Amino acid sequence: MEAARLTNVSRRYGKRWALIHLSVLIPEGHAVLLTGPNGAGKTTLLRILATALSPTKGALSIFGMSPATELDSIRRKIGLVTHKSHLYEEMTAIESLTLLSHFDRKVNAKDIPATLERVGLAARAHSTARTFSAGMRRRLSLARVLLQQPDLLLLDEPFTQLDPEGVALVIEVVRELKGRGVTLVMATHDVERGRAICDLHLHLVGGRLGAPISSLNATTVVKAE
Amino acid sequence: MTAPGEPTPCDRARGVALLTATASVIRKDLLLEWRGRARINATLFFAIMTLLLFSFAVGPETKSLAQNAAGYLWLAILLSSVLSLGESFRIENENGALEGLRLIPVDARAIFLGKAIANLVLLTGLGVLLIPIAVALYGAEISAGFPRAVLVLVLGCAAISAPGTLYAAIANQARARDVLLPLLLFPILVPALVGAVKATQLVFQGDPMGQLDSWTTLLVIFNLMYWLLCLVLFGRVVEE
Repeated sequence: MEAARLTNVSRRYGKRWALIHLSVLIPEGHAVLLTGPNGAGKTTLLRILATALSPTKGALSIFGMSPATELDSIRRKIGLVTHKSHLYEEMTAIESLTLLSHFDRKVNAKDIPATLERVGLAARAHSTARTFSAGMRRRLSLARVLLQQPDLLLLDEPFTQLDPEGVALVIEVVRELKGRGVTLVMATHDVERGRAICDLHLHLVGGRLGAPISSLNATTVVKAE
Repeated sequence: MTAPGEPTPCDRARGVALLTATASVIRKDLLLEWRGRARINATLFFAIMTLLLFSFAVGPETKSLAQNAAGYLWLAILLSSVLSLGESFRIENENGALEGLRLIPVDARAIFLGKAIANLVLLTGLGVLLIPIAVALYGAEISAGFPRAVLVLVLGCAAISAPGTLYAAIANQARARDVLLPLLLFPILVPALVGAVKATQLVFQGDPMGQLDSWTTLLVIFNLMYWLLCLVLFGRVVEE
């Protein structure tokens, strides 16, 4: 089964096209490494997959569902870790996760302390996000994802702003989720680390499928080398 | 089996989920406002300053001040509301928190209702504090009693908070958000503002012709229109 299918997807910001006629199939249970230079369209692609952005042209389906008709059902299956922490500055870590448990039935409030312990934030559970470093915010985003148990996890530069311990934590969490059959799409410039985790590789250049797979027809991803 | 037109258990569960999510959004917004008390204080002092400026601008003519007290009070509330409404979406924009809520996914109607009700609570609180100040500054009297004054205040603030929440969400996506919000909001609020001022004037100056109920009913109708329309439109506004 396919986790995501993009058919001729294009996305424009003003006059600039960030993605151009992109057709990609992401099979369920695989981990896709998404690479490309700055401005290649990696973040745009992730945001379209997360349904945070709509394609200007083309069609998207996630787990066989269309965002036009089943947006909320799709979103319940997706976890997103990006540079946007989605946090309220004046809320503590525990309050942020408790708020999540109020909205998401999959999130069990009883699991929050253990999850905070797991991501190394137990000692700061009652500190507001305002006092958190970028790395700590990233850890809290990971805690959200662990609690949400998504079927499709999208990660945008998950290793940036993290200390070595944080990087190890991301790798451990991502591997664990992959082991549970979660489909992963990871955009990163850290190709070596990405390859160690992912089994498929999607390279973007200028909003199109990049050189390594340009000779292939649409609707495809290639195995990482 | 449920009769045609009767809500099914599924409809009821959805209704309960909407109410629960709305309550969580209200709690979240009020908690954040409480934690950022400096913002509430700034809005309150801005409103008091506005009332004071009206009294300075008109001068020591107590009769004119008392006659127009209702208008000055509502202008102070309206101008202050722009600050608090803008602020309620600035915190949503800060780290993409609103996007985070939509991606969970939280029902857009729950987000609208939660934020609009939280804004209503804050504006009503502000109004309750401003009424005695307006009475003292302008020499007005509350002839119809404080409960009636509070009812008119709640209805007037509700008429500001529903479209205010919708337009704050729209303005939040623009660069010139601070300018855009009053430009969008003030024209649509004119009918409700007229109703609120007239009703408050009758509360202050007495109601010998029994017009207060008509103006109150008019405010209720404006509120029904604003809240229903904004509830429907909000989902479109927050998606992208």
